[in-house]
Formats: sequence, structure tokens, C-alpha cells
Amino acid sequence: MTLIISPELYYQITAHLQAAYPNEGAGLLLGQANGTEAAKTVKAVLPFANKFESGEQYHRYLITAQDMLQGEIEAEKLGLDVIGVFHSHPDHPAQASEYDREHALPWYSYLIVSVQKGRAADAHSWVLNDDRAKFVEETIQQT
Amino acid sequence: MPTIRIPTPLRPYAANSAEVAVAGETVGAVLGDLTNRHPDLRKHLYNDSGELRAFVNVFLGQEDVRHLQGVHTPVKASDQLRIVPSVAGGQSQLRTYPINP
Repeated sequence: MTLIISPELYYQITAHLQAAYPNEGAGLLLGQANGTEAAKTVKAVLPFANKFESGEQYHRYLITAQDMLQGEIEAEKLGLDVIGVFHSHPDHPAQASEYDREHALPWYSYLIVSVQKGRAADAHSWVLNDDRAKFVEETIQQT
Repeated sequence: MPTIRIPTPLRPYAANSAEVAVAGETVGAVLGDLTNRHPDLRKHLYNDSGELRAFVNVFLGQEDVRHLQGVHTPVKASDQLRIVPSVAGGQSQLRTYPINP
């Protein structure tokens, strides 16, 4: 599995996540897909405000159903689909947590960026197994 | 028949359909018909207790059916429904504070 993203779009993601620091930031990855591809190309990103309760945003993020609905409608206008989610782990590694897994859907790419002292550091992308048992890391290809 | 739009990650469990025509006069009946047609959707829509997973939302137009009458919300033949996941996550670690001696 591979997530393909341009440097320009990756920059948009890290700018949003750095602005959210020391809280977690999040948004949607848009692309063209039908839910079966092994490689997904990001064509646009949609940053969202973190809607988790304010005191917990340093280690939690939430994109509400209403935001997701607007994201899906926006994607359709662009002829795209939601292909994944990005979020940050402030001052923590870009490893998917058990909490991430419990709240994940299969096939989506979960791109996690570690933001260390306000600066984007390493990034890893994860995909939930079909049986929901675990995340598998996918390759990030910057083109 | 009403239609229900399937989010991308769940389309492989619905014969790769983006939209499915479903029978039923309530949201509950429509979801029941959907999962009868595509049983593999069940584990992603419902938890082990048979309740809709917390991050699975059903919209009738722009309205979350939880804010209408839930599974009892009436559905007309011309209605378009949409399954929309809400997305949550985050690192597991809680913030720790040093204890001053």
C-alpha cells in the first residue's frame, strides 16, 4: 500500500498541524478512488478545526460527522472522494495508537505527523486491516 | 426506492457501489435492508451489541438522524440517505506533570 502526495500538499498539511500545536490538528485527504486501490494519490487536502473538547485536544482530535458531510460534499464537487485522514501527534511519535485503531475505518489512509516543539518532524501512514485487528504501515511517496 | 450513499472505505463491502437503492419506510428498515443485501457491511456499521458504532452517522439530507427520530425516522421513496463516518483519534499518552519534591 502506498500513499502518494506532492510536496505542495504535504506542506499544506504540516502548516495546518504546526498551527494547531500544542494541540492535535486534523483534516481530510481527497483523491480519486473506489475503495479497492492499493495506491492512493492525494489530490487535495481539507483542514478542519479540532472539535474534541478543548481540554483534551493535546492528545485527541475529532472531525465531526457534520464536518465529514461537508468534506464529502466538497470532495464530490471536485470530482474526488475522501481517501483518508491526517492528524498530528504533538511531541509524540507518528505511531498509530490503540485509540486511533478503535476509531478507524478500513482502507482509509491515516497519515500521522509528529510535531515536535511546534515543527513537523517525521510522518507515517497507516491502514486498518480488513478484520479491524491492527494497523499496517503503508509507504509514503512524495512526488 | 430511497437511496443510501456509502462512504469510500465501505464500498468494497457493498459490491463496490457508491450508492445503493434500498427498501424501507424508516431509517432502521432501510439499514436493515442494506445489511441484508450486503451482510459484510454489518461488522463495520454495528458493534457487538448490535448498535450503530459511535462513529457511524446516518444523514437524511443535511440532518443527522440522531437529531430526528433515530432509526424510527420516516423515509420517503424519494429520499437520499448517506452514511457518514465521524473521525476521531489521537495519541494514547496522557500528559504527565513532574512532581516537585
